[in-house]
Amino acid sequence: VTAVVARAPLIALAVAGLLLVAAPPFVSSFMLSLLTQALIYAILAMSLDIILGYTGLSSLGHAAYLGLGAYAVGILTTRYEASFWLALVAGIAVALAVAAVFGLVALRATGVYFLMITLALGMVVWGLANRWVSMTQGDNGISGVPRPSLFGLSLASGQAYYYFALGGAVLAFLVLRRVVRSPFGATLVGIRESESRMRTLGYHVWLHKYVGFVLAGGVGGFAGTLWGGYNGFVSPADVELTTSVKILLMVALGGRGTLVGPALGALVIVILENLVSVYTHRWLLILGAVYITTIVYFPDGILGTVRQWRGATRRAARAGESPEVNPISAEGRFS
Amino acid sequence: MTKRLLACLVLIAVVALTGAGDVMAQKGPIKIGFLAPMTGGAAQIGKDMTNGLNMWLEENGNQIAGRKVEVIVEDTQGQPNIALNKLQKLVESDKVQVLAGGLFAHVGYALAPKVDQLQVPMLYPVMAADDLTQRKPTKWVVRNGWTSSQPNHPFGEYVAKTLGYKRVVTIAIDYSFGWEQVGGFQKTFEENGGQVIQKLWAPLGTTDFAPYLSQIRRDADAVFSLMVAISALRFPKQYEQAGLKGRLPLLGGGTTFDEFVLPSLGDEAIGGVSALIYSAALDTPNNRRFVTEYRKKYGKVPSYYSEVCYTTGRWINEAAKAVGGDVENKDKFLAALRKVEVPDAPRGPVKLDAHGNPIQNIYIRKVEKKGGELWNTVIHTYPNVSQFYNYKPDEFLKQPVYDRNYPPCKHC
Repeated sequence: VTAVVARAPLIALAVAGLLLVAAPPFVSSFMLSLLTQALIYAILAMSLDIILGYTGLSSLGHAAYLGLGAYAVGILTTRYEASFWLALVAGIAVALAVAAVFGLVALRATGVYFLMITLALGMVVWGLANRWVSMTQGDNGISGVPRPSLFGLSLASGQAYYYFALGGAVLAFLVLRRVVRSPFGATLVGIRESESRMRTLGYHVWLHKYVGFVLAGGVGGFAGTLWGGYNGFVSPADVELTTSVKILLMVALGGRGTLVGPALGALVIVILENLVSVYTHRWLLILGAVYITTIVYFPDGILGTVRQWRGATRRAARAGESPEVNPISAEGRFS
Repeated sequence: MTKRLLACLVLIAVVALTGAGDVMAQKGPIKIGFLAPMTGGAAQIGKDMTNGLNMWLEENGNQIAGRKVEVIVEDTQGQPNIALNKLQKLVESDKVQVLAGGLFAHVGYALAPKVDQLQVPMLYPVMAADDLTQRKPTKWVVRNGWTSSQPNHPFGEYVAKTLGYKRVVTIAIDYSFGWEQVGGFQKTFEENGGQVIQKLWAPLGTTDFAPYLSQIRRDADAVFSLMVAISALRFPKQYEQAGLKGRLPLLGGGTTFDEFVLPSLGDEAIGGVSALIYSAALDTPNNRRFVTEYRKKYGKVPSYYSEVCYTTGRWINEAAKAVGGDVENKDKFLAALRKVEVPDAPRGPVKLDAHGNPIQNIYIRKVEKKGGELWNTVIHTYPNVSQFYNYKPDEFLKQPVYDRNYPPCKHC
């Protein structure tokens, strides 16, 4: 039993991966488009998890990177008729560059102050999208963003783009997992748990946070470029505060500091948002209730709760042994 | 012998009838996918829109061309990206046979390519984006509403000639609907000797106009304002508070003084002159009946949003009748939708021009207080105005679509 429980995450991941690969022929095209959205949001949520879950800084400006990536693709492909791939690289580069600047400003603070500064910086990007009309077309948004083709294979169809997004999400997951499992990632967790202790140990705390912040921005920009191609349309709504809040809640709902959790959270929220609204126009109320329940009763999110439960069963299985400390299911990470 | 023949005939008739009945039963109801903002700053407009459509359906036994009707309303929140999502959901998940609704011109531009891709006819009763029936025509979008600049072509002329204003400042919401409204006004106003001396733009959803009002040049004769949704609620009051009402008469695009805001406005709105395809005060038997019934049902005066969506119900019905209820035949149904003529809508006669935009009356309206309520009294009617007004379509289409910088502000 212990062996199965120990391997459960790997098994679950493999099953989820298989399901995602096999899904397209079995689901409706609308469901497929929701899954594509969920995958792109999963990339965003996972990238935010680096800042929020692993470093312990809640950011309310993550939609900015989604917007930067999406606008880069929108503007370059429609106005300058650049190829999607060039725009994709440019989108990531712009997001990295902006994150590098924002990081200098935001990382002077922690806690609520960090939250407020990232919120303000996010609004700067929103303001640009909204008011720099000659470049972004303001409230009109940019429509007619083309979908790319890959090795001569058009990604225009819903199914092809789904696999493209799936590939992107898997790539982002592998890269981010490599990062969080590296000594660098361990240092981030250390900073989250006790910044002063890490400093006394001789770590360059600020630099670690900064690199994490910029990395998250770059991956967020990548998600943005995929979003631009998926929607074929970019508008200031993509950069709004509500989008940032949504990403934050995806991470919280799925489970901070778990990487897979935020991806799961993205899936749940995208599906909920679209299915609940079918039944009632008061769907925002229901989403709100879900959020409050999560924050109040399951602050560790879905995956965090599952891990706690698993930890408990494991402890029960090896009764008598010293209780195991799960480095990732920590508490009080929002403070 | 005759008995047997009769029995045979009866049998054939019964088979034929039940067979026909089966076909009807298999087809099920006609599903209409309706997009409208039900939450957010434009929720009140969304309500007026759905009320309009529902009223027509209720008056007609919830049937179109003899088939039951099912309306599926989806909330766009007035956001293009959400509208895109919902559009896809209505077509792919709910399998609607016809789409209608939507608010905001930029949402219209965003949806059109998707509608063509999904190949389901969609009526645009509200979204007035000019180019969809001008330089970027779409196959599956049937506009039974209007173009943004349509009322303002005659209005610009009216303001220059009849009202005699020579210098006008424009203040408008900064997106395609605002640009096209101001563009249409400026074109004919300046061709008739007027001058636009300043153009101000405020973002969609603006509620505080103080920074804009303080910039308005005081050497103007009048101010042309184009407000939508929540901005229309706030603007007239702030205009008065800024001390401008007594000095510079307020003109407007139709939505600035639309009936959806009039009940919420006070005396500050009185005297506002605007142009639109409808006024609730229109004194025709059809409209009087429509207004009375609508008030009875929903407790308020219908706005233009209600009227166009009410007429949309009838529009779908006429087209569905023309194809014998066979709306599943999409190409035939689409062709029928383009052929519909409504000679006696509450707003007056409506039929499509060769480019697919309605030719209809444009009403110049003035806000007046009657019986303690504000009404858009019709002070002049331009009958049967097309989107090109008096211009030749080919020549008109050579100019670019109106935007922020076109026509250029020569007198600024």
